[in-house]
Amino acid sequence: MKVNKKEVEHVAALARLTFSPEELELYTEQFNDILEYINRLNEVDLENVEPTSHVQPLKNVLREDCVVTSDEELRQSVLQEAPEVEHGFFKVPTIID
Amino acid sequence: MLILESAIVNEGKIGGIYLKLYEMTAYEAAQCLKRGEISSQQLVKAVYERINSVEPVIGGYITVLDQERVLAEAHRADELLQKGQAHSPLAGIPMALKDNICTNGIPTTCASRILSGYCPPYDAFVTARLKDAGAILMGKTNMDEFAMGSSTENSAFHTTVNPWDRDRVPGGSSGGSAAVVAAGEAFFALGSDTGGSIRQPASLCGVVGLKPTYGNVSRYGLIAFASSLDQIGPLTRDVRDAAFVLDIIAGHDKQDSTSVPGKKEHYVSFLGKEVRGMKVALPMECFGEGLKNEIKDVVMQAVEKCATVGVHFSEASAPSTKYALPAYYLVAPAEASSNLARYDGVQYGLSVRDAENLLALYWSTRKQGFGPEVKRRIMLGTYALSSGYYDAYYLKALKMRTLIREEFAKIFKDHDFIVTPTSPTVAFKIGEQKDDPLTMYLNDIYTITANLSGLPAISIPCGFVEGMPVGLQVIGRPFDEGRMLQFCYCLEGLLGIKGCMATINVKEGK
Repeated sequence: MKVNKKEVEHVAALARLTFSPEELELYTEQFNDILEYINRLNEVDLENVEPTSHVQPLKNVLREDCVVTSDEELRQSVLQEAPEVEHGFFKVPTIID
Repeated sequence: MLILESAIVNEGKIGGIYLKLYEMTAYEAAQCLKRGEISSQQLVKAVYERINSVEPVIGGYITVLDQERVLAEAHRADELLQKGQAHSPLAGIPMALKDNICTNGIPTTCASRILSGYCPPYDAFVTARLKDAGAILMGKTNMDEFAMGSSTENSAFHTTVNPWDRDRVPGGSSGGSAAVVAAGEAFFALGSDTGGSIRQPASLCGVVGLKPTYGNVSRYGLIAFASSLDQIGPLTRDVRDAAFVLDIIAGHDKQDSTSVPGKKEHYVSFLGKEVRGMKVALPMECFGEGLKNEIKDVVMQAVEKCATVGVHFSEASAPSTKYALPAYYLVAPAEASSNLARYDGVQYGLSVRDAENLLALYWSTRKQGFGPEVKRRIMLGTYALSSGYYDAYYLKALKMRTLIREEFAKIFKDHDFIVTPTSPTVAFKIGEQKDDPLTMYLNDIYTITANLSGLPAISIPCGFVEGMPVGLQVIGRPFDEGRMLQFCYCLEGLLGIKGCMATINVKEGK
């Protein structure tokens, strides 16, 4: 399976990334090299193998769903890292025109 | 064992040899503190002097903390030590943390422009544990951006050099942590390991690096790369120090839902126990094509030494290991593409606000904030998870993971450990592999299986090739770190390469 520039551009859009035409050229080439290597997996019969998404036999870890108040100091220290804040909320550019 | 001449401030006498204070192991320094022969403040000053002299060459740190502030902490540690109230063996010992481990109010950047200057409002679980133990944080270490890389060249800020040869890489992604421990700029450090990121740099810098069993050390406050593979672990000058650090950072944490509940082990108590009769497997696949002959020889010599104390070695086969790397380069980027979606310029970190709408904010911020390797992996992961390719790529990788786990489980039915080289080469030259991602990925060929199968693994120095350190990897059964350390402690003694440190001639730069 080979990918072309158009597909790489589509994946970039899905990942919220943009590339210059030169970067796109390079990424498509490297992408294909890596995929060729990854395609080695096709040498193995994996038909009846169960997937492993997690190595530990842990069940969902649940806790009581209760409201915990955090102090104003912590709230401020979180907001302090935000690029733009208004009325104690994160501010973003226009979402709806 | 340790004799320290009184009234010596900058040197200690250990095993009949005079050492600079910063050259001691954490355990040796702790013994001196306990006996009141030196103070934590003296240790901190000695390490600062060392940092001032070698850091311009090594570049192991991203952030070095303010000396006055650190000395004040050392002073508090000294007071506890004097009153006999220090309950941890690491109280007053200077340490370093990889820059993807959150430290309250101290910049934590993942060596990325997207988190440049970011100060977390909380401590990671391991940070809190080490603080409680009284260890003294000196600074945050350099790494490949978001822990993606094997040379630390992918740091957005600067490249760290190998303390054994300034023209070579320290390995990665925890290259800064390995380098500062090897250069005497901290007594121990923590790193994180997703595909070999603790063990490979430990191997290349001649220190001990341990990746615990998945779930043994809490990931709370570790900035996520690939959540089903990431583990935090120690980089130290010898096996004993690794056991001491693991004793402090291991154990259940309810803040991490993948942290495994269970009895807390006392790892140090395993050191010095009998190893006779232990059975070790040598997987043929890890000693064949791609491995430098000189490295194979050094590893096999270490294996032969072990045989003299009654350890049994036998060949084994794990044919799926050759598919570990392709599986890893689907699983890890897939998880990364999801984890790194959070860097959007809204809540913290870089935000490029020249944009007229929200989507443009995401695009501009991520374009400027992420480096080339991070973008490459986000792309690969997005592709592997995207509609139409999930079954062809991601699902196949998860199935391969099952085969690898099963093969290892089979070997562990009649063996205690698996031994391999840690890395197929010694440290390579800076720039040598930077433009070839696939060659760079091959550095992790022997280490990746332990991440995919969640097993504990450690790299210890076992010899030298071309004057550069070579690491030997021991992989153990799940949660068998105790016996793994027991075995490595014995091997380290047999090899006599304990607490070795690079000699750095700052003036000549070598």
